[in-house]
This record gives sequence, structure tokens and C-alpha cells, in this order.
Amino acid sequence: MDTFLILLVNGLADASLIFLMAAGLSIILGMMGVLNFAHGTMFLWGGYTSVWIMARTGSFWLGALGAVAVGALMGLVFERLFVRPAYGKVTAQILITLGLMIVFTDLARLLWGATPLPALRPAVLDGMVAVGGVRIAEYRIFLIIIGVLVAIGIHALINRTRIGMVMRAGVQSPEMVQALGIDISRYFTLVFAGGAALAALGGALYVPLVGSVWSGMGMENQILAFIVVVVGGMGSFIGTAAGSLLLGLMGTFVAWFFPPAAVVANVLLMAVVLVWKPAGLFGLEGK
Amino acid sequence: MPSCARHTWEEVNMVKPVLKLENLSSFIGAFHIVQGVSLDVFPGEAVVILGRNGAGKTTTLRTIMGLLRVAGGVIELAGETILGLPAHQVARRGVGYVPEDCIVFNFLTVKENLQIAMRKADKETYARQSYALDLFPDLKKAYSRYAATLSGGQRQMLAIARVLQNDNKIILIDEPSKGLAPIIVERVGEALITMKNSCTLILVEQNFPLACAVGDRYYILNGGRSVHSGHVTELANDVQLQNRFLSIGA
Repeated sequence: MDTFLILLVNGLADASLIFLMAAGLSIILGMMGVLNFAHGTMFLWGGYTSVWIMARTGSFWLGALGAVAVGALMGLVFERLFVRPAYGKVTAQILITLGLMIVFTDLARLLWGATPLPALRPAVLDGMVAVGGVRIAEYRIFLIIIGVLVAIGIHALINRTRIGMVMRAGVQSPEMVQALGIDISRYFTLVFAGGAALAALGGALYVPLVGSVWSGMGMENQILAFIVVVVGGMGSFIGTAAGSLLLGLMGTFVAWFFPPAAVVANVLLMAVVLVWKPAGLFGLEGK
Repeated sequence: MPSCARHTWEEVNMVKPVLKLENLSSFIGAFHIVQGVSLDVFPGEAVVILGRNGAGKTTTLRTIMGLLRVAGGVIELAGETILGLPAHQVARRGVGYVPEDCIVFNFLTVKENLQIAMRKADKETYARQSYALDLFPDLKKAYSRYAATLSGGQRQMLAIARVLQNDNKIILIDEPSKGLAPIIVERVGEALITMKNSCTLILVEQNFPLACAVGDRYYILNGGRSVHSGHVTELANDVQLQNRFLSIGA
């Protein structure tokens, strides 16, 4: 029972981080039709920015805030300068965003070096708490709380605001939204920058969990986010949340109970879902 | 519902057109679909665009809306050019659009579908929305339901109501009868006839009786060009013309 509880908390914490990265990716793909292979860059730069700020200010919170700001700014610039000319051109999107991923990963390596940098947890979250007699890292509980809060925030944004209404409509037909007098390109920029900011927050929260930041972590974690989008269904908030939970929990439990399958479990899950429901568990058929 | 001034056929020539197309030309990808469409629509008129499949009717509407690349020609709305403007600016200048296949947003409720399309949230807009809901009582009953749960006819009604609530100079309606049961077509037709009293319309329609019931004047497109125009009653009585361009004569 103790093991189960620890694995459950670990899985939920991982799911929170995966969700932060996948939410933006899913909405960008579902609403804007953009295959954003540069999404992991925001995660990477979020991690480096937070560590860099924390090293100078000693504040984890300022680091996280700075990461969100840098992520949003990068998203804004990427969308305006590089992604906008490639709307509707899938091949160009793949080449451009992959190019951005490579360039900005190398840029991070140039700025911060190839050696992993240490990333510390904030002192206030560095302890353990006892839950039902089991000692659990406070930081993991913090990650779960952040994940839940962000999910509630996104859910409210999507379902209770005009921005959300346009996003829901845009996932189905951006052209029709435009024909109703709404400048969807502004919403595209907002969604892209918002998604990038979430990924950067994910990066900032991820590095203290694993203890370091390194230049390859963007690409590694981006793959997980893409699997979530495929499993959950692109553009679906519920799908992204469900996919993140599934991957987070499955990854942790499989790694504990059957380690040899840990590497292939995610890919197998994706393959099964693709065969069973090609649009994803909660995806829009025909998109 | 504020109404547009209506004009007799003779008066029409004295009034400036709400919409003027001159030698319009546009592409879908590499394909040159619209190759020279000219037409005028005057205030209060219902103009129907007719033609066989592939004649360029839908493409003409999409070009007016700014959804396709224009290769040349003139598009003027109330005397001002809208050529090359993006779709949202065309809509904001007063062009309402009901697309083919009545795209309504499945994951929005009927209420939200109406809300998202409101260009202003003033008293007049709510009055027009109320008029639209009176015109289509089914929508009132389904007000809180997701559009995904609506029938084909209800979706068409919602797509029309969505544009009716705004203060449009002209409304473009693309094949509102497509895929609907005859009884529903009848109801949509009645609504369009009612709309005629208060709006300027362009209607693309394959259903010839419906086009005749709604339209004042017609333009026939063939091979992406406007090849014939006149009064709808003349066309209704001219079987030879129908056979020549529409293949619907006896």
C-alpha cells in the first residue's frame, strides 16, 4: 500500500509536468493546425532561465516567473516571425519549427555550456511530509497542486471566457471564426504565446525535480507531449488532461513493476490508441 | 428589425449598388476558378446566383468574403473597395456569410454560437437576435444545447440566425437547402422570404423553385464567368434558357 501511494504521487507529479507541456502543444495543433516541434525549446529555456535567475536572486519563485515571461516572449516572436508565414503548410511548419528547436537548443548550449547545471528546490518545498504513514516529497505534492490549479485555470478560460469561446470554435473551423468578423490571428498569437509560457513553466518546475538542467531535456520531454496529444486527441483539453494522467501514472507504475517495458510502454499505448481511435481518446473526428 | 429600403426593378438602376463585382477573378490553390464575374446587388434586393456544379458560385461568395486569393477585378461594398481585405474585416464592414454546409460550432451551445458572432453587444443587436429567434423558434428551445446535437435543419437555422443578429449591409447565403429534407427546405425558404423584407441578400441555390421563390434578380455563372442575368420571373418562364445554362428545363 505504501509503495502504491508513493507511485501514485510520483505519477501524478509527472502527469502535472507533462500536462503543462502538452496543453499548449495540443491547443496549438488543434486550433492553429501547427505542428510545433519547437515546443520543447520553451521547456528547455524555461528550465535554464529559472536556474539562471535563481542563481542570481536566490528566489525560485522569481525564476519561475522569469521562465514564464521568457517562454511567452519566445512564443510571441516565434509565432509572428516564423510560424505565421507557414500556416496551412505542414511541411514548412515541420522544417521551420525543427530548425528553431535545433538553433535554440544550440544557443542554450552556447550560453550555459554543455555540462548540466544544478537546479535546486526552493527551501520551503525541500522537505518530506507524512501521508498515511508514508513519507512523500513536498515538491511532488507542490507539482500536483500546480498541475491541478493550471488545469482548473485553463478549463475556466476555455469554458467561461470569450477567448475560450473563440478557441473552442477555432479548433473546429478557424476560417469560419474569421468570417464572423473575428481577427483569429490575434488569438493565434495569444494561444501560441500562452502555450509557450506553460511549457516554460513546466521546464522551470521540472529541473528542481530532477536536480539539473541540460540542453537535451527539451527534445526528450517534447516526445512525451506529442504522445499525449496523439493519445488524448489534439485540441481537446479533457483529452490532454486524461492523456497526461495516463502517461504519468503508466510511466511510473511500469518503471516500478516491469522496468524493461518502461521505454516502450508509451509508444505501445500510442499505437493501441491510434488503431482503436485514430483521432485520439477525446479528439474531433475529421480534424 | 430595421429594414432596408426596397426598390422596384425600374428604380434599381437609379440607386447605387450595395455590392458591385466587376470582372472578379480568383484562385483555389493553383486552379483559376472564378475568371470574370460581374454583378450588382442593390439595396433590399435578393439576388440569386445560379449555375451548374463547378460554375464558381461558392468560390465567388468565398472570394467576396476574403477567404480566397483574388487575382483581379473589383469588389465594392457601398462604394468602397473591399478587395484584398481579410475575412474578418470584410465581415466587420457589414457582410454576413452563411457558408455551404452551414458550419456552426459543435462545441459551443446555440447561445454561444450566437454570442461569438455578435459584432456589437448593443440593444439593436439583441433586438435583431430576438427577431432571428422568433423566425426560428426551434433555436429558442435548443438555446442551451450544444450545436453538435442539432439536426441538419436546425444547424442551417442557427447559421442564418447568427448573421441576422448583426447590422449587415448584405448577407451571402450559400446553398441553404443542401442536404435538407423537403419539409425543412420549405421552412428555410419561408424564413428567407421573410428575411427579404429586411435584408439585402445574395443567395447561391441549386434548388430552382426555392431560388425563384426568394430571388428578385438572378445571375447565371458558367465556367467561372457571369454569362446571363435578368429578373427571376423571366427565367422561370424561359425553359430554353434554363436548359441552356442550368439543365433543369422540362
